[in-house]
Amino acid sequence: MLELSHVHKVYRVGAFGGARLRAVRDVNLTVEPGEVVSLIGESGSGKSTIGKMVLGLTGVSSGQILFEGNDVSRIRGFSAKKEYYRRVQGVFQDPFSSFNPIFKADRVFEMIRSSYFPATSDADWRQKVLDAIGTVRLDPGNVLDKYPHQLSGGQLQRLLIARALLLDIKLLVADEIISMLDASTRIDVLNLLADLKERGLGILFVTHDLSLGNYVSDRSVILRKGAIAEMGPTRAVFENPMHPYSRHLLSCVPQLHRTWTEVDEELAANPPEDVVLPTVGEDDDSAPLTEVEKGHFVGIDQH
Amino acid sequence: MTNVPATPGAADSGAAPEPAGERKVSEGLHFARRNPKLLIGTGIVLALLFTGLIGPLFIDQGPNVYVGPKSQPPSSEYWMGTTSFGQDIWAQFVYGLRSTFLVGALGGGIAFVVGTAVGFVAGFKGGLVDELLNMFTNVVLVLPTLVVLIVAVAYLDVRGVVVQALFIGLTSWPWAARAVRSQALSLATRDYVDLARLSGRRTWRIITTEIAPNMSSYLVMSFILLFGGAILIAAGLDFIGLGPANGVSLGLMLESAVAWSALQLGMWWWFIPPGAGITLLVGSMYILNVGLDEVFNPKLREL
Amino acid sequence: MTLRVNDLKVYYQTLRGDVHALDGVNFDLADGEIMGLAGESGCGKSTLGKSLIRLDGRMRHVDGTIELDGENVPIADDRAMNRFRYHEISLIPQYAMSALNPTRKIGRMINELLRSRGVRPADVAEELDRRLELVGLDPDVLKRFPIELSGGMKQRVVMVMATLLDPSLLIADEATSALDVSTQRSVVESMVEFRDRGYVKSMIFVTHDISLVYQMADTVMVMYAGRIAEKAPASTIINDPQHPYTKMLIGALPEVGTTTEDTRLEGIPGTPPGLLHPPTGCRFKDRCPIASEECSQTPPLVEIEPGHWAACWKTGR
Repeated sequence: MLELSHVHKVYRVGAFGGARLRAVRDVNLTVEPGEVVSLIGESGSGKSTIGKMVLGLTGVSSGQILFEGNDVSRIRGFSAKKEYYRRVQGVFQDPFSSFNPIFKADRVFEMIRSSYFPATSDADWRQKVLDAIGTVRLDPGNVLDKYPHQLSGGQLQRLLIARALLLDIKLLVADEIISMLDASTRIDVLNLLADLKERGLGILFVTHDLSLGNYVSDRSVILRKGAIAEMGPTRAVFENPMHPYSRHLLSCVPQLHRTWTEVDEELAANPPEDVVLPTVGEDDDSAPLTEVEKGHFVGIDQH
Repeated sequence: MTNVPATPGAADSGAAPEPAGERKVSEGLHFARRNPKLLIGTGIVLALLFTGLIGPLFIDQGPNVYVGPKSQPPSSEYWMGTTSFGQDIWAQFVYGLRSTFLVGALGGGIAFVVGTAVGFVAGFKGGLVDELLNMFTNVVLVLPTLVVLIVAVAYLDVRGVVVQALFIGLTSWPWAARAVRSQALSLATRDYVDLARLSGRRTWRIITTEIAPNMSSYLVMSFILLFGGAILIAAGLDFIGLGPANGVSLGLMLESAVAWSALQLGMWWWFIPPGAGITLLVGSMYILNVGLDEVFNPKLREL
Repeated sequence: MTLRVNDLKVYYQTLRGDVHALDGVNFDLADGEIMGLAGESGCGKSTLGKSLIRLDGRMRHVDGTIELDGENVPIADDRAMNRFRYHEISLIPQYAMSALNPTRKIGRMINELLRSRGVRPADVAEELDRRLELVGLDPDVLKRFPIELSGGMKQRVVMVMATLLDPSLLIADEATSALDVSTQRSVVESMVEFRDRGYVKSMIFVTHDISLVYQMADTVMVMYAGRIAEKAPASTIINDPQHPYTKMLIGALPEVGTTTEDTRLEGIPGTPPGLLHPPTGCRFKDRCPIASEECSQTPPLVEIEPGHWAACWKTGR
């Protein structure tokens, strides 16, 4: 459904754009209907840039982003973009910055209505909104007619998901949507993503937290410095990481029932087998992947 | 599975949402009528404006005519007393108020329009446009305003209030441009701007409906400061003899009171009315702005 | 006993009234103990950390005492506290370096800090270099500007800076929360090493991440709505929590290895109570699945087994 092929993003930085900053490097990945794909990476890995490119909020330097066969990275014109947003929507990291503080929170629904459903009657629209709010398991009485600062971060994020559901979307880009929520409420939002997946939605889940990526996703993509380090079915990536960087990351994640010492000891007791990583020349911008087992890829090593 | 988070005291609001536009207006009015700061501020500004507009109609001679006895304290005949030359201070005050309003509104208004236009365009467009406009702003900012004004006014034959206001307006906009630019820059990167794009909104609608309302208090504040600044610059120009020929303004009154030693002679009725007039005008506009902020910013409403 | 906090109450003054951010907090911190202080936003954990070193303008000390090494700490008296700050009690904030002057070199900032606390920089210069090397930094960082350092390097410099006078108590307020996981691990491990070497006697590590404190803390204290819910050795908190809040909080954390297909974790329904007018009795009772009549009385913090404290009527063993 969504296919990124050889996507690059280069920023010009410094005075007169002299220097180049490679934010995303030769990324290839797909998202199928009913599939959650996690983009996992530390800061500077390019994970959020990929999300923004898929949503058309920032341009692509080279490569293609295909959505249902059409290259969406080169959509020009307001109405074509508007049609694209009927099928693809996003939710962002900071719920408090996603709402305009001077308007009531449910205005995000009204915006969808005035852009996409101007002909719908009041009663029909109200039913549609109530259905969407019910899907994200909110009580309409608690969230409608309220200002954003009167609601919690978890409620706001769920309202944004409800907003996306008003449209007939096929793909949701969830950019760090729970990193600003408290531990006791973030799990409910994650469960909600799992429910949406069961309804056939494809989800691109961007996160820096490995345990969260692990919890919801079918496939995981570990990014480093803009390029894919490892990609594959979540279970394979987490139980049998092949790339040295993935192994390092996993050994550093604070886990709830295993200490770092225990993890290190286990690792020393059964050292993982080495894999041959693909290599590229100094001036080569590409980042090839090698398939180590079915559907499980490793990428180049960068320092 | 998941229970719905309950916000305390929210159980009663299951009411149907009304049409958004109508509700917005009536709600603003509802809070405006109950805001003492807004009411008092508006009241004083309107009272002064009224005095300046209507007052001169009831005065037979011009403000600079020597009508009465010299150095008289306020009496029933001369409400604010007379100057050392026998001019009626009340007459000077109402005429002065009129020209002060004119200089403030015109000078401040021109500076405001130029400043916000430059600031908005620079902040929202970015790139080369931003750099060029920024350079221009900085050049105007470092011009020695007073010197330019002296030279320009000295070469001009017409020395009316309007010309004075025009010059003040065209030289005092740069800081407003810089302030508006930085605000626009920061607001343009908020997530709700991206979300509005995802809701199929055009750029100009995003500027007018998402960004500008968030800056309204900031914009009103800028206008008030420019207004006050224009009055003060005009007073300075009047003092060095570049004011309107044969005119009157609150600044001119103040300066002549000081020049003729009203302070040392104990003629408080000479310098207090113009001083209090300027202070009251600028001060009540400030209070008005705080009130406006409380009416339109839902976060402040609840305090 | 390094630190003894007795019935501490600190309120925030707002236009609408006092916010009861810390409402009767009692705990001890043993010599050499690293205590993780965990909880959700607004539970009072940061307020507690701040109270021990400096009350800002809106914070008011209402009641309670603090003892450090047997000496009373006068937290309400800003000037008397100067004797304790940095010498006895030190702090690593979340974005320490970013808050500092970007036009000053790091060495100069450290010297200024030392002088302002009445210490001659030359006396500690050698120790400073030694400790920088210990955390894996070249002493040349002193000649650099803050902007030239990565986030992890900055937090390491701040840690060395904060502990240079061997304070009794170090408070780390979300000190590693902004770092990437791999940097986070090495910074946290350096902190533990500083304790092992005796550079700090004991430490309070404030964080929202329970799995992180489990990696490094000896004990964990969980706060909820301005009060202590539970305090116990780290492994007890994770593997055998007693307070219903702690149980549900830990139950809501996904781990590497759990997926929605195996087990669906559940969050805690509801939101924490507002602290402007906090409810009477147990503050968790509205979200608690086992709440009953007695919970309308405030449960005391009792020691249910040696070293394991909980404030819940249902945990009386």
